[in-house]
Order: sequence, then structure tokens, then C-alpha cells
Amino acid sequence: MVPTNYYLILSAILFGLGIVAFVFKRNIITIFMAIELMLNAVNLAFVAFSQSLGKPDGEVFVLFVIVVAAAEAAVGLGIIILTARTRRSLNVERVDLLKL
Amino acid sequence: MTGALVIFFALAALAVLGAISLIVQRHPIHSALSLIVVMVALAGLYLLMGAEFVAAVQIIVYGGAIMVLFIFVIMLLNAGEEERTNFSRLATFAGVPLALAVTGLIGAGIARSSASLPAPEPGGVLTSTRTLSTLLFSEFVYPFELTSFLILVAILGAIVLAQREN
Amino acid sequence: MPILDYLWIIPLLPLLGSALNGLFGKNWPNKVVNTVALGSTGLSFVLAIEAVREFFANGQQPFRREFVEWIVAGTFHAGFNLQLDQLSVVMLLVVTGVGFLIHIYSTGYMAHEGGYYRFFSYLNLFMFFMLILVLAANFVLLFVGWEGVGLCSYLLVGFYFLRKSAADAGKKAFIVNRIGDFGFMLGMFLIFRTFHSLDFSAVFTQLATLPPENMGQFGVLTIAALLLFVGATGKSAQIPLYVWLPDAMEGPTPVSALIHAATMVTAGVYVVARSHLLYTHAPSAMYVVAVVGCATAFFAATIGLVQSDIKKVLAYSTVSQLGYMFLGCGVGAFSAGIFHLMTHAFFKALLFLSAGSVIHAVGGEQDMWKMGGLASKIKVTFWCMLFGTIAIAGFPPFAAFFSKDAILFAAYNSEAGGKTLYAVGLLAAVLTSFYVFRLIWLTFFTEPRYDEHHVHVHESPKNMTVPLMILAFLSLTGGWFALPALFGGKDYFTDFLAPVLGSVEAAGTEGSASLEHTLSLVAVAAATAGLLVAWRMYTKGAKQGPSTGLHKVLYHKYYIDELYQAVVVSPLVWVSTNVLWKVIDVGFIDGIVNGVGTVSRAIGDTVRQTQSGNTRSYAVWVLVGAIVVFAIIFWPILHPALFGEVRP
Repeated sequence: MVPTNYYLILSAILFGLGIVAFVFKRNIITIFMAIELMLNAVNLAFVAFSQSLGKPDGEVFVLFVIVVAAAEAAVGLGIIILTARTRRSLNVERVDLLKL
Repeated sequence: MTGALVIFFALAALAVLGAISLIVQRHPIHSALSLIVVMVALAGLYLLMGAEFVAAVQIIVYGGAIMVLFIFVIMLLNAGEEERTNFSRLATFAGVPLALAVTGLIGAGIARSSASLPAPEPGGVLTSTRTLSTLLFSEFVYPFELTSFLILVAILGAIVLAQREN
Repeated sequence: MPILDYLWIIPLLPLLGSALNGLFGKNWPNKVVNTVALGSTGLSFVLAIEAVREFFANGQQPFRREFVEWIVAGTFHAGFNLQLDQLSVVMLLVVTGVGFLIHIYSTGYMAHEGGYYRFFSYLNLFMFFMLILVLAANFVLLFVGWEGVGLCSYLLVGFYFLRKSAADAGKKAFIVNRIGDFGFMLGMFLIFRTFHSLDFSAVFTQLATLPPENMGQFGVLTIAALLLFVGATGKSAQIPLYVWLPDAMEGPTPVSALIHAATMVTAGVYVVARSHLLYTHAPSAMYVVAVVGCATAFFAATIGLVQSDIKKVLAYSTVSQLGYMFLGCGVGAFSAGIFHLMTHAFFKALLFLSAGSVIHAVGGEQDMWKMGGLASKIKVTFWCMLFGTIAIAGFPPFAAFFSKDAILFAAYNSEAGGKTLYAVGLLAAVLTSFYVFRLIWLTFFTEPRYDEHHVHVHESPKNMTVPLMILAFLSLTGGWFALPALFGGKDYFTDFLAPVLGSVEAAGTEGSASLEHTLSLVAVAAATAGLLVAWRMYTKGAKQGPSTGLHKVLYHKYYIDELYQAVVVSPLVWVSTNVLWKVIDVGFIDGIVNGVGTVSRAIGDTVRQTQSGNTRSYAVWVLVGAIVVFAIIFWPILHPALFGEVRP
């Protein structure tokens, strides 16, 4: 079968790619999607460990992660809509009111 | 090279390519669709490992609900191609090395410590829906109720946020 | 009510007077200030007499009591201990008695001066500290009094502080005293380290069990004795720290009388006498004391020969007489030294107060070359001053004859170089007689050298002349305690002090009575010689000639002040300005303090760069933090060589 290592390394790679996307993209929505990508990578790791060690607890956690991701996406996108309305741009670099 | 490994590598490649596509694409809608590809690939991997319920939930909730939500918002806001602004020199120059560092750290840590784990076997009563739901309502009933509360809060928040100003 | 149980009242009364006058005296008329000041001092004097009476009633048992516990630090214990023994009795009566007389005199002398209340406040404060000094039963409390009288000296010498020379003189007095005090403190530290206590009875009891050190051996006892003597040279104006006393004549004349003649300057002699056991155990130190005292006696007398300011003559005379007292202590005749201290208090206070009366009579003039012919005009002052002059010259039966004679006799009989000490001391006696009679001729006889139209010579009021007369009487009779000894009987004074100062003095009762008689005659002859020479030189046609050669050197005090300025003061000021101020204070300390500010600002400026307002760079910072956390968590896994075996 496929060794657990492989799944975990894949998870790490996807996580890293998610970070790259998070840092380099300028569209707010794309950045959000990068966050979702990172969450998915973590889910993969959870499921791999769960199946490998024979405990279903990991998969229950995955369910919770998905629920939380959903709630977070809903609220986050709501905020994005508001920001886009006031700032008239989806470029995250235009949101710079905290600049000194 | 067993069949499982072949399927694994195929699905893994698909996931990685989807992630790279997410980074490279300029229009957010293309990025969204790439993300859907990644999720489907991951669902496949879950099936390969024997977690059917999770695979199903992944497709239904993640792919069917969350990503649809994303696409709706993109359409609503009429998001166009990305501007090519670059106000942060730090992000440009430090981004990739840091991401590599994280990946390397996690990867190395994992590799060293988990080499002795047994491979995940598909099938088995262990991860059937019945087992999961029993766990959910016995050992994890408290977090379960909390997440329901969380969803309620999210709904309320989203409604308040998206209201038009009267 | 046994006053001895409340011995602390005696010093406290003047303190109270000082506080009252100092705080409220500004708005009081002179009469009220007088009442407070004279009342407190007078009451102190009365209580002192009562305390002495009780002392005698108790069979002259030394009285020692700790009144308040003060310092308790580990094994070190010092309290407000006061004591009364025979030596304290002498000092106490002198301080309160002469002090009271001078207070009375001051009410007349200072009557028209500004700051009247301030003067009496300071004077009372001085009395307080001096009484603490003489009543103290341990070195610490003595040092409190010691420092306090130095402070009062500064305050009183610089009384006319608006005059630069007076303010400078006050500072000079205090600073030179401080140098001596440093030596005194080191001596105290050494004593504490050796005897683990600073209480007089504890130290001297332990000291009595120790063997004396040899001549030329600089052991702990010798060094401690020498250090204490350094303090004494500062306070009692001996070589090399005498330079403040002549300058201190800037203060009002009663101050000169009280502080610089009768009481404060005698504190050094008192300390040496109190620590006589220490000095007898350290013959090298005693020899130093004797030599310094003798040299100072001669040195100061030579300077006094040519001074034209009446007070300066008396100032150098004080330094010279103090030298005699130390000479006495140095050759082992401690009670002779104290005897001379007492008689000196009488006649020197008399001389200063009379000089003040003269100055008051001629309207403030202090230059003797501008006086003359005053004998017929201010008779009372003249006769009092004459009494003091005859006393200081050493003519019998006046007081100083007995005390000076005792010192010279002891010097003659002492072992190491005694004859030389005697010779120099005798020479100084000749000079003393000369300059003091020179003063008399110039001031009271010869033709008037002042403008008779502008200066109205008048006698001083009663509150000034009565104390003069009392002191004149004491100058005559003060030495009669030792009168019987002249005829082969007892010396009552030495016997009285014997329980404290010991009857075994280096040259005490040894030597034949005929030798003593011979030496007494020689002393009288010396005094007469001085008198005759002064008469010859200054009676007829005395004129102030140009100052050349030896006269110039003496007049300018051997240029010692200039020497100190060049060798000590100027280099110190240079170091202070160029090193301590410019380099250390401005450069280093200010540099550090400003540097802290500058560095903080620089760091702040740098860190501020992170607040760019750009979300993406914030994201990167979060990432950096995450990496740090990951690294810490994964460290044991990533470096198994350090944490155990490799996990395959």
C-alpha cells in the first residue's frame, strides 16, 4: 500500500503552496482560497494519521474542520463584500488605512 | 509499482498541479476552479485511504457549497483580472524562501518521525459512517453542539454584514 | 531632681534656643532674641554647674549613660551616650561659662548689625554641637559634634555673606576642616576594626591590655593615633591645616572669641587628651604630635610678629598657643595641655573681646597702624586687655604662667629631643611676649594715628565691658589651682584630672623642684625680654616702614596660601574642569543618558518600518512567527543527535 509518509509529504507540499499563494496574490478572494487550500492540506494529514493509526478520531476532527471552514468562509466573504463596496477595489494592497 | 501507488501519484500530481494553477492564474474565477480540482483530487485520495464518509462530505460541503459560495461572490463583485501592484518588497523577496522554509521544516519533521507508521488500509468497520456518528454523538458531543452554535453565529454575521444600508 | 539623669538637657537647651531664634526670630525685637539666646545658654550653664556639683557629691564617680539607642547594625552599636568625668567637667564648665559670657558680650557688639536673630541662632547651634562633642561617650557622637561645630564655623565666619572675602573664608574654613575630618574618620574606622567598638570605655579598656608599640614602629595603634591627629590639626589649626583660622577673622569678633579661641579649636586638644591611652601606646605618634605642636607654636608666632590687623595678630597667637597645648600632650603632660586649654580660653577670649571693644570704639577700624593713644580714652577696655596680655606673656601670678610653665617643664624632661623642644618653645614664648606687647603699644600708646574729627572714641556699653572684667579676673586667678605646687605643695589641677589622664605622665612629677623653679625664672626672663624689645621698637616714633626681605616674607605668611593654591587647589580645579566635568560628566554620563534616548529612537524608527499598512507584508511577518514556532517544536525531531537516538 501507499506509505503514510507519502500522504504527509503531499500535505506539506500543498500547505507550502497555499502559503505561497497567500503571500503572492493580490486579490482578496484568491487569498481566501489559499486559506481554504491550507485547510485542505491539514485535512489530508488528519485523515492519513487516522487511517494509519486505526483511530476514527482524526476523521471526526476533519468534519469539524470542514464545518468551521464553511462558517469562516461565509463570514469572511461577507466582510469582503463590504470592503469591496467601500474601497471599490479587490486589491488587498489598497486596504492600507493602518499605514503610519 | 502497485496500482494503489499509481493512483496515488496520479491524484497527487493532479492536486499539486491544481494548487500551482491557483497561484499562477490571474483571474480569480480560474483560481476558484483550480481549487475545485484540488478538492476533487483530495476526495479521491480519501477514498484511496478508505475514508469514504469524509470523501463524500468533502465533495458535498467543500466542493458543492463553499466553492459555489466563492464563485457566487466573484460573480457578484464582478472581479476582474488582478492588478499588478506591488507595494510590499518584503513579500516579494521573502515570500518564496519563507514558504520553502516552512515546507521544509514540516516535511523534514514529518519524514523523520512518521517513517514507522503503518500504511492506511482501505475498508474496515473502523471508519464506517456508523462508527463516526457514534463517536460524534458520544465522545465529541460537546464540540458538536458548539459547532452548531458556531454556524448559527456565522449565519447571523453574514446576514448583518451583507445587508444593504437603509 | 538629679540632673545627671537628664544630662541631655544641657546640650538640648541651646538647640531649642537656636531653633526658636532661627524660625521665629526674624520678627522679634532684639530684646526677645536676647532672652531666648541668653536664657538657653545661661540655663545650660546653671545646669552644668549643678551637674558638676552632683558629680562631686557622688565622689567623683564617672557617669556614663546611654540615653537613646541610635545605630544598631549587626555587631556595631552606637548610642547617644553621654558621660561626665573629670575631663568632661573641665571642658563643660569652660564651654558653658565662657560661652555664656560671650553671648552677653554679643548682645552689645552685634546690637546694630543686620541678621541679629540669625547670629544668635547660629551661636546657640554652635553651643549645642560643642556640648555634644564634650559630653559624648563614644567616637561617633563626638564626631557628630565635631562636624557640627565645623558647620557652625562656616555659618558664623561667613556671617557677612554679602562680602565675598567673608563667604570665601567660610568655605575655606569648612573645606580645610573637612580634610582633617577625613583623617579623623579613617582613624575611627581603624579603631573600630581593631577594637570592634567605638565606645570610649570599651576601646580604652581593651587598649589598656595591649602592649605599647615601639618608637619608630608604625603599627595599627600608631596609625590610628596619627589619623586622629590629622583631624585635630584641621580642627585645631596646626601645621599643615591651620590656613583657615587667620581667614576666619572675617567673622564677627565674638565668633572669633568663642569659636576660634575658646572652644571649637580646642576640640582637637580634647580628642588627643581623651585618647591619651592610645597615644601613650604609640610613642611615634606622640612624638609627631609634640614636634608638630612645637613647630606650629614657633611658626605662627613668627608670622604674628609683623601683622598689622589687630585680629590677625590674635589669630596667629591662637594657632601658636594651640601648638603649646599639643606640645604638652605630645610629651605626655596631658593634664598640662588641658590646663593650658582652660587658661587660654580665659585670656584669649578676653583678648579677642577686648579687641572687639577697641574696634567698636574706633568705629570699625582694625588696622593697628590707624590706632594709637587709646589708653586714656577707653580705660576699662585697656585694663582688661592689659590683663590678657600679661597673662598670655606668661608673667606670674597670671594664669598662663602656670600652664605654659608646666608644658615647658614637661618638654624639657622628655626623652627624645626634649631639650630642643624646650628651646624652641622658649623662643616662641619670647616672640609671644613681643608681639602681644607690640599690640599694646601700637594700639593704646604712641600718638593717635586716626582722624580725630571723624572717629569718636567711646567706651563700650556695660553688656560688653562686664564680661571683659569677669574674664580678666579669670585670667588672673585661673591658674591658681597649681599655685601650691610652686611652693612644693600639690598641683590641684593635675590631681583632679589624674583619674582620667593618669598620674604617670612622661615628665610629670619627676625632675627636681629646683629645676622647675629655674625653668620658671627663665620663662619669666624670656617674657620680660620680649616686652623690653617691643617697648624699645614701638614706643617712640613708631612708624610703619616699607615691607622688605624677611619682613615681607613674614607679612605674607611665608606665602603658604599661595603655595597651597598652586600645588593643591589649582591642579584639583583643573582636574575637575577638564576631566571630571568635560570628559566624564558631559562626555560619558550625558553620553550614556542621551545615548539611551538616541538608541531608543533609532530602534523605534527601525521597528516602525514594519507598520507599513500593507497586508501582504503583515502576512509575511505572521509567517516568520510561524516558522519560529515550527522550528522550536520540531527542533528535537530535526536534531536527534542532541536529544537522543535517531528515530528511523
